[in-house]
Amino acid sequence: MSVITLQVDGHDVAVPAGSTLLQAIQAAGLSVPTLCHLDGLDPVAACRLCLVEVEGSQRLLPACASEATEGQVIHTDTAQLQGYRRMAVELFFAEGNHVCAFCVANGDCELQDVAVAVGMDHSRFPYQDPQRSVDASHPRFSLDHNRCILCTRCVRVCDQIEGAHVWDVAERGSDCRIVAGLDQPWGEVDACTSCGKCVDVCPTGALFAKENTTAEKHPHPERAHQLRRAREQQQWIR
Amino acid sequence: MDTMTQAPLPAQAHAQAQSSTLTGGPGRPRLRLATVWLAGCSGCHMSFLDLDEFLFELADAVEIVYSPVASDTKIYPERVDVCLVEGAVANVDNLELALSLRQRTALVISFGDCAISANVPGLRNLFSSPGRDSARTVLERGYLELADATGQLPHAPGIVPELLPRVLPLHEVIPVDLYLPGCPPSAERIRAAIAPLLVGERPRMEGPEMLRFG
Repeated sequence: MSVITLQVDGHDVAVPAGSTLLQAIQAAGLSVPTLCHLDGLDPVAACRLCLVEVEGSQRLLPACASEATEGQVIHTDTAQLQGYRRMAVELFFAEGNHVCAFCVANGDCELQDVAVAVGMDHSRFPYQDPQRSVDASHPRFSLDHNRCILCTRCVRVCDQIEGAHVWDVAERGSDCRIVAGLDQPWGEVDACTSCGKCVDVCPTGALFAKENTTAEKHPHPERAHQLRRAREQQQWIR
Repeated sequence: MDTMTQAPLPAQAHAQAQSSTLTGGPGRPRLRLATVWLAGCSGCHMSFLDLDEFLFELADAVEIVYSPVASDTKIYPERVDVCLVEGAVANVDNLELALSLRQRTALVISFGDCAISANVPGLRNLFSSPGRDSARTVLERGYLELADATGQLPHAPGIVPELLPRVLPLHEVIPVDLYLPGCPPSAERIRAAIAPLLVGERPRMEGPEMLRFG
């Protein structure tokens, strides 16, 4: 196994060739905020929270989807990155209808967590108040589009782990949304096995079990990684 | 658009601007504190009352010059040092009070999620369509569509405040100096935000104990 050496915030680290910058950051004992990234799922670099600066590069790179290369010098927590991250989180809040007070995920929500992590105390962007719907057609689960941040974890876990590919992304821009099947009510999609993995990995209150009311959702995002490790490395452990 | 610049601390500004003719500790005038209730459920004020015995310390350290829970004054006074503003800006009365308190207050605090994000009162913003703003939609729904045959829209200028087309966070109406999130902010969080102000320091609003919404 060949090894890549690079520098993260002044720390020298060595990681296996093929590692991502995010893995190199973690190997250095550091962290960057993430939302769309989830161990066990392929990266999509949708949320842009894990952007880092790479010396010699004009553009910022998403750590989750960028391969570490030999001799790289990266910075994860500059004033510029802090500013962009906070701006990105404010845009998430302004773009949807994220009212924490009566959300199923209140208190156990990754969007709330990153808001704290980036020091967001208010949104400088005006709230868009989009008119979105709730799909409660499935017998066990619901999808509240108001609280969706389009991280596509549900799309990926259903495709890559469950193999059912119920979810997709439709439309563009502010009309962009998650759809079930061929843009059908979720409950009418035969491909859905009702396994609940999408609910487990959803970082917000967008996907939830019907028995959960305010602050009662406690997701299990670690399950994607557990299942992938079990299948690929035969390590059937929690 | 950056509203994160720091305002001068009221205790310091006040001490410089005035000789210490007010009562209070040696050399330090008592802070003139106001609390305001705009479009909110009053839960933030209830949480404020949950400060329990700290309220006695607060009563010694500040002069409460305007508050729905601790004062009977009807007109927002001049020369206020700190104002906690609960609630969003939903009607013309809210707007008028927000504008006047800004002119008369050194440090304005958005107190709770409704002031910061419009939160639950802001949900009516979702019910708008071209040519029909959310105020009109909810009024027609409440007073005409669901009424019996005698339904009519409320109209009493000067008595019943007109709804604004959209419910707004406070900082979209006036500059805000400090944000105290929570629905409601816990008494511990309120105390941690207020206590430094009493000694002329700015609270450190960071970490889940101070910043988490909801």
